[in-house]
Amino acid sequence: MAWFRKSKEGLPTQEKRNIPEGIWTKCDSCGEVVYGKKMEELLWVCPNCDFHFRIPTQKYIDLLLDDGQLEEYDIEISSLDPLKFKDSKKYPDRIKAAQQKTGKTEGVIAGMATMGGIEISFAIMNFQFIGGSMGSVVGEKIARAIERAIEKEVPLIIVSSSGGARMQEGILSLMQMAKTSALLAILHEKKIPYISILTNPTTAGVMASYASLGDVILVEPKALLGFAGPRVIQQTIGQDLPDGFQSSEFFMDKGFVDKIVNRKDLRDTVIALLRFMWSK
Amino acid sequence: MSDRPFLEFERPIFELEQKISDMKDFAVGENIELSGEIVSLEKKLEKLREKTYSNLTRWQKVQLSRHPKRPYTLDYIKLMTTGFIELHGDRFFADDKAMVGGFAWLDDEPVMIVGQQKGRDTKQKVIRNFGMAHPEGYRKALRLFQLAEKFQVPIVVLVDTPGAFPGIGAEERGQAEAIAYNIREMSRLRVPIVVVIIGEGASGGALGVGVGDRIMILEYAWYSVISPEGCAAILWRDAAKAPEAAEALRPTSDDLIKLKIVDSIIPEPSRGAHCDPEAAAKLVKKAIQETLQELSLKSTDELLLDRLKKYRHIGVFQD
Ligand SMILES: [Zn+2]
Repeated sequence: MAWFRKSKEGLPTQEKRNIPEGIWTKCDSCGEVVYGKKMEELLWVCPNCDFHFRIPTQKYIDLLLDDGQLEEYDIEISSLDPLKFKDSKKYPDRIKAAQQKTGKTEGVIAGMATMGGIEISFAIMNFQFIGGSMGSVVGEKIARAIERAIEKEVPLIIVSSSGGARMQEGILSLMQMAKTSALLAILHEKKIPYISILTNPTTAGVMASYASLGDVILVEPKALLGFAGPRVIQQTIGQDLPDGFQSSEFFMDKGFVDKIVNRKDLRDTVIALLRFMWSK
Repeated sequence: MSDRPFLEFERPIFELEQKISDMKDFAVGENIELSGEIVSLEKKLEKLREKTYSNLTRWQKVQLSRHPKRPYTLDYIKLMTTGFIELHGDRFFADDKAMVGGFAWLDDEPVMIVGQQKGRDTKQKVIRNFGMAHPEGYRKALRLFQLAEKFQVPIVVLVDTPGAFPGIGAEERGQAEAIAYNIREMSRLRVPIVVVIIGEGASGGALGVGVGDRIMILEYAWYSVISPEGCAAILWRDAAKAPEAAEALRPTSDDLIKLKIVDSIIPEPSRGAHCDPEAAAKLVKKAIQETLQELSLKSTDELLLDRLKKYRHIGVFQD
């Protein structure tokens, strides 16, 4: 389930040797080299090909929420190791490494905020935390974000990026798909809006649960989306995949996302939608 | 998968059975008295069987769940129910033959029974796509669930899949959306839902029809977030490490009871359901009937509230 390209905050390792970090950035998609400060201004979107670089969760918080303000909830909730899972590494060691890398306890940040003055329940996944994989904690924090939307009667906004369910928690991870989706059923019945924002990549268990259940689904350009990973599909069918397969553009063409939105327009688009869907 | 009648770990048993059978033939053919030897070999066989099956590893249980002779969904439907009327198609795209379902009678109780279907021979395996449904399979299942809800017929789901199909058409037609939508809608269906994992319960492909009021699992079936091979390929970077992955994932019926994911284990006939499908079907039928009886005592609102609570509380963490 968890499949993803090598995480890259900034530059691919290979490029780091040639270009001083933070000054020049080479686009993963088209190879264009752009001055780092310029990239910051462009919100890490390639000026040549529109490829959206992966950016830290904090940048989305700054970008989307009024004054970049989030009243964070459930900060302390953290993972245990119910299966005593070990592959090449012990699961608790993987968690510790992810915590050190991200400075966060787990792969979701959630809380209350406003967008265009409208109070919302907000959650964002962190791909840097074990590939944005969904274990018990990610599922629980998303579940609580949905419950806050229900209890406070405010719209729900979730920004997803995930390689899928977290294998190290086995069946418990799979069941987070049911936990979150069952609560979304209640939100749906109460006619409270849910806008699902997909970023690169959103796949597998997350895509096959809450990410796909938005009243409106927005996606950044050229993100990788899907149920199964491209490699798995390729191995199963034994043939090359068509160009652009499983991209944002592919899924919009097939009818599974509402709109492809450039990063700089995300906030305004969400607010404009909420004004139609939420007049309270 | 080979078509030989035994699994690799069953080989010593199979060889001993052959030996006894040969000896019996020889004794009859040559008119020689060998009953003493035969009796002692049969005792040895019994001990070997007991020893083998009482100490199965998780990987061996996974292998048993895939035994080429294991009863499949339509076998259980045939053995457990009467008057089955299979209903086809998702009314959007196609009839997915990896997912079957329809009305049937469990004695005098009507049910909607739905599940993944695997094929027995090569031709059937292809037709059934190895029990791996496309989006249209999940949408057919939901259509049948909603039909059941409309006419207040309880739902029985038999889960047996190595996963939802990973292919181009499946992605084009929204495999993720189909599964997500099923999960959400199943959580609110206003009829009792009993789910039985009869063989393989792999990932979202299983959960896409697997949300219910009671989840039961056959003794040698498994249910997890990913298949042992898939997990091994990703975390060990070697699909051959599937036995290790099977241990790590804790996907067996015993594991799932301990993790409080399934409500009960349905015992299988000695050495697995394939050794006596009729007896296996009787046990499954009995478990379903008892469960439906118990669920029928709840009001619909109570049923839905309990179903929500059941899933709401799954997860192990520190707060
Ligand atoms: Zn570019």
